[in-house]
Amino acid sequence: MTDFQTQTVRDALRDAMAEEMRQDDAVFLMGEEVAQYQGAYKVSRGLLDEFGDKRVIDTPITEMGFAGLGVGAGFMGLRPIVEFMTFNFSMQAIDQIINSAAKTLYMSGGQMGCPIVFRGPNGVASRVGAQHSQCFASWYAHCPGLKVAVPYSAGDAKALLKSAIRDPNPVVFLENEIMYGQEFDDVATDPDYILPFGKALIRREGTDVTLVAYSIMVGKAMEAAEQLAEKGISAEVIDLRTIRPLDIETIITSVQKTNRCVAIEEGWPVAGMGSEISAVIMEEAFDYLDAPVKRVTGKDVPMPYAENLEKLAVPQVEDIIAGAEEVCYVGA
Amino acid sequence: MSKTLLNMTKKLPKLKASPKEPDQALLEKFYHDMVLIRRFEEKAGQLYGMGHIGGFCHLYIGQEAVVVGMQAALKPQDSVITAYRDHGHMLACDMDPKGVMAELTGRIDGYSKGKGGSMHMFSREKNFFGGHGIVGAQIPLGAGMAFAHKYREDGGCTVASMGDGAANQGQVYEAFNMAKLWNLPIIFVIENNEYSMGTAVHRHGATTELYMRGTGHGIPGLQIDGMDVLKVYEASQIARAYVEEGHGPILLEMKTYRYRGHSMSDPATYRTKDEVDAYRSEQDPILQFKDYLVKKKKAKEETLKALDKDVKTLMKEVADFALESPLPGEEELYTDILIEEVA
Repeated sequence: MTDFQTQTVRDALRDAMAEEMRQDDAVFLMGEEVAQYQGAYKVSRGLLDEFGDKRVIDTPITEMGFAGLGVGAGFMGLRPIVEFMTFNFSMQAIDQIINSAAKTLYMSGGQMGCPIVFRGPNGVASRVGAQHSQCFASWYAHCPGLKVAVPYSAGDAKALLKSAIRDPNPVVFLENEIMYGQEFDDVATDPDYILPFGKALIRREGTDVTLVAYSIMVGKAMEAAEQLAEKGISAEVIDLRTIRPLDIETIITSVQKTNRCVAIEEGWPVAGMGSEISAVIMEEAFDYLDAPVKRVTGKDVPMPYAENLEKLAVPQVEDIIAGAEEVCYVGA
Repeated sequence: MSKTLLNMTKKLPKLKASPKEPDQALLEKFYHDMVLIRRFEEKAGQLYGMGHIGGFCHLYIGQEAVVVGMQAALKPQDSVITAYRDHGHMLACDMDPKGVMAELTGRIDGYSKGKGGSMHMFSREKNFFGGHGIVGAQIPLGAGMAFAHKYREDGGCTVASMGDGAANQGQVYEAFNMAKLWNLPIIFVIENNEYSMGTAVHRHGATTELYMRGTGHGIPGLQIDGMDVLKVYEASQIARAYVEEGHGPILLEMKTYRYRGHSMSDPATYRTKDEVDAYRSEQDPILQFKDYLVKKKKAKEETLKALDKDVKTLMKEVADFALESPLPGEEELYTDILIEEVA
């Protein structure tokens, strides 16, 4: 029987890395400020002390270079964890992530696997403007050869990161900057407790509408479901956990029950995860739908700095409630 | 050493290991391997012209001495990575020419089951890590391979090759910086064949002395006549010793020349026929070396002729193999995307 404890997302991620590094000498962590500074967001606190500078490595500010270096080490059978200080900076390195890490197994006829994890905070931050505040989930979810994890709770963050580190394939692991300090009581203490990729979690059961979300938006969806219940609408909340592979079966099964769906994400609407989810539902459960799928997304604008505009640009609980009411034809 | 090098950035520290003279067998191997690459590339050009090879195909003709001399200086645990002008590197690494040609024709017996093509081939067995299509991207990858050699303390080093065009890519300098910062065991090689696709080196480089490109990161650079396999071999042994003895990365600029266009679709109108002819007649790596072997009585002409004949016979077999091998089955479309996990 696994014991669960209360931890912040930050500490859960740190423990995941430490446990895997204890188990496997080939695992190492590199990135900007991960060692002496203990991580820009303190996710790697204590790791330098425990594992030394051979395995916890401060890099220069050189994302394309160290991402490529990590991939090369991965080709050689090491298991790098490459931290991006934020995923915004992964744009500098995206060629190495896609062209080198994701495609080489295929291009080599199966010879050149690359067991690497690219991790770091993703998504909307707070009051940092357009270049430091963006969700890259759909960008990476687009690419065959990658796996993409988008955990919500601390327990999921730990168990999925451990899976990612053990995975023989390149994994993009999207954390959320705003959630690092949030506590959850679901963190397994057993170092062998991991979660599989491609298995969504139904966080709340319901019968009237399915809310599909990932990462920080799961929390907003849960709040929305609570308020919807007060209004007499029973919402089911699906936490995707990973978006490549995407657990289509869980989404479809839920929609077959509720007949309505709201897809929620922080990212931009065009070619977003919501677009994909609504397309899949249309292809596989069209006859079950009692209303068109509704997308609740970030607005189609670069992230503004001003407090009021920033709030408008990001999906809020009220937007999710409005979306659910729309597909339930409430107040129409 | 002054005879070997055209130029160098600074005197190297005294090395424990000194370069060896090639023995008879190695001299013959140099000749054989250069002829093998030349004939292989000619055959690839023919098959391309006949429509059996598609897409991009970058031939190595003219540059053979570079990889052949380099490879001879390496040890079995060493690893090699390069860009897309890679057929010569693969043959020098002792990969099977049949598997390479079958990849060019996109067949199941190719090194990548026909899914990679000319620019994307690999052999874990021979420590050849590609075959990369994005100019310069192989250099951080190579630094990562060298990082792994150091991490594992396996005594190996990495040779990461690029063209003169790649020497302008930003990520090359990111890799230089980390390689020196962490003293990684890596030999960076710039194969300066005078043209970045169609842009001459003086038109794309603010400085054209490419062996100096590591200077700002404390990486010594040697400039070598890349048309002379013996000089390449000697300089490569020096570089291998420098790296093995813990001095960190070193940069070699090989002055070389490609006879064919950038790729098969390039008629090379940016240079004169006279320029190409001059290289062919005066500096050809194979002819020069053959002259040397015969004049210095290092090899008999009959021996070389026999080697030529062996290669010719092999090429017929290689081409037949590459054309007779089946296309990949349609089920291959969806394989090798992810490694399936063992539950």
